[in-house]
Amino acid sequence: MSTVTASAPRSRPGWGARTWAFVKRHSLTVYAFLVVAYLMLPIAVVIMFSFNAPAGRFNYVWEGFTFDNWKNWNSVLGIQEAVVRSLEIGFLATIVATALGTLIAMAIVRHRFMGRGTTNLLVFLPMSTPEIVLGASLLTLFLNTTSVFQLGFVTIFIAHVMFIVSFIVVTVKARLIGFDRHLEEAAMDLGANELTTFRKVTLPLLAPAMLAAALLGFALSIDDFVITYFNGGSVSQTFPVFVWGIARVSVPPQVNVVASAIFIVAIAIALANVVWEYRSARRTRSAG
Amino acid sequence: MGAFFHRHRGATPYLLLAPGILWLAIFFLIPLAFLAYQSLQSGSFPNFEFTWQFSNFSDGIRDYHEQFLRSFMYAGIATLACLLLAYPLVYWIAFRAGPWRNLFLLAIIAPFFVTYLVRTIAWLNILADQGPVVSILRDLHILGTDGRLLATTFAVVAGITYNFLPFMALPIYVSLEQIDPRLLEAAKDLYASPTQAFVRVTLPLSAPGIVAGTLLTFIPAAGDFINAALLGTPQQSMIGNVIQAKFLETLDYPSAAALSFLLMGSILVALLVYAKIVGSERLTG
Repeated sequence: MSTVTASAPRSRPGWGARTWAFVKRHSLTVYAFLVVAYLMLPIAVVIMFSFNAPAGRFNYVWEGFTFDNWKNWNSVLGIQEAVVRSLEIGFLATIVATALGTLIAMAIVRHRFMGRGTTNLLVFLPMSTPEIVLGASLLTLFLNTTSVFQLGFVTIFIAHVMFIVSFIVVTVKARLIGFDRHLEEAAMDLGANELTTFRKVTLPLLAPAMLAAALLGFALSIDDFVITYFNGGSVSQTFPVFVWGIARVSVPPQVNVVASAIFIVAIAIALANVVWEYRSARRTRSAG
Repeated sequence: MGAFFHRHRGATPYLLLAPGILWLAIFFLIPLAFLAYQSLQSGSFPNFEFTWQFSNFSDGIRDYHEQFLRSFMYAGIATLACLLLAYPLVYWIAFRAGPWRNLFLLAIIAPFFVTYLVRTIAWLNILADQGPVVSILRDLHILGTDGRLLATTFAVVAGITYNFLPFMALPIYVSLEQIDPRLLEAAKDLYASPTQAFVRVTLPLSAPGIVAGTLLTFIPAAGDFINAALLGTPQQSMIGNVIQAKFLETLDYPSAAALSFLLMGSILVALLVYAKIVGSERLTG
């Protein structure tokens, strides 16, 4: 796309004009880097303040460097339980939502049936509803059926599966559309029944899409605050709900430690994915 | 099982759909019905009675129209700011970043990997009264000697902008990436200047991304209460703060339910107006 900016040959202009031309030519790049810096700034602050040794209760001003917060990450009352609960709910909700969502995606992409449009709409609606409305409406259901549901672990799990499913459907659907059905037909022609075909051909081909969807679902789950806050009751706290509670008093650096750790793990997985895609793209290019 | 599928071919999609759709029906649709039912009740906690109490809605508008307007104003400004920040960035990534594309895309979604609340609290550190930004602005006399950034409208809108920027950036990137480079070459061959090529070719082709990004940013922004709660004061309180307080603090469920519906309804109205402006076929893709 360098053609867009390629400038006509010039006779030697003065340095003022040259500087101006340089700025003009690179202004977009400079702007892009500034926006990236803006995006990175709070992340850097979160990680930096996980190493802070705050003088008082408040972790707002840089006082000095220490590893203590990382060593004693669980020394704040309740933080460990909250992290464990976030991970438990994240795993459970992701597994269930990935199964449910993949099945819906398969039905939508590969079958023509009555109510397909309605199904699409039902999948789309939760994603376009403000979180606070999702959380509030589910809370009214639970409050009106207290004989069945008590607010806690189970209601958080139910809520998470509900709001993750749509994202799973969309992610898997996008991959399923480019899916080569001839492979399945070939398996059937070779005598495999539908179940074997599904197990030996469809599922392995679907696995990368399901993994991508599951990673997204897990990320959404452990990051969710609003829906969990509405439906968790006062006993069960996930990490974000814990942060909300403690933010009204003062945020200890241990919160930054946990957030930094989550960030580092997530970014490592994402980077591995980028490298893997880059290498496989290169392999295809050199092979083709 | 295979034989079963063969005999009941028509049933297969419904069997695939059943578990997930049931989950969404029971825990998404039915709760909306419960919300409607709750919004028409009267009384005080814990004795609510269903009485077709439509005054919950009219009272909601009367008492909280200010918060509604503020929510839409903040969400609108933040959406515009997101567009202005994100468009040049993803344009650069799509057309200039070359092999570094994926790395920069990763940079766009990186904020998502830091817990929402924690990254919002990070802005507390950055904008704090003793922090570097405020002291620089005070030295430059942009802020008065006791001027603040925290607890202002600016802080809340900036927080919303930051938190929802990736929602704007990614759809625009997708639409830019799909542009056939030959179209831009053709424009150049036909003597379009770079500006003309951008305005007449690139911008219209990226419009679906802008529309999708606007929706993805505006809808959650209008319902947000975290930024106003953490970075603002009651003077910056948005409708989400009111709903949250009524549901979880004052336990005034009927009024909170009515306000939730009003929020959904007003977002729908805003979408319809927006659809009218940009054309409805663009909205549904």
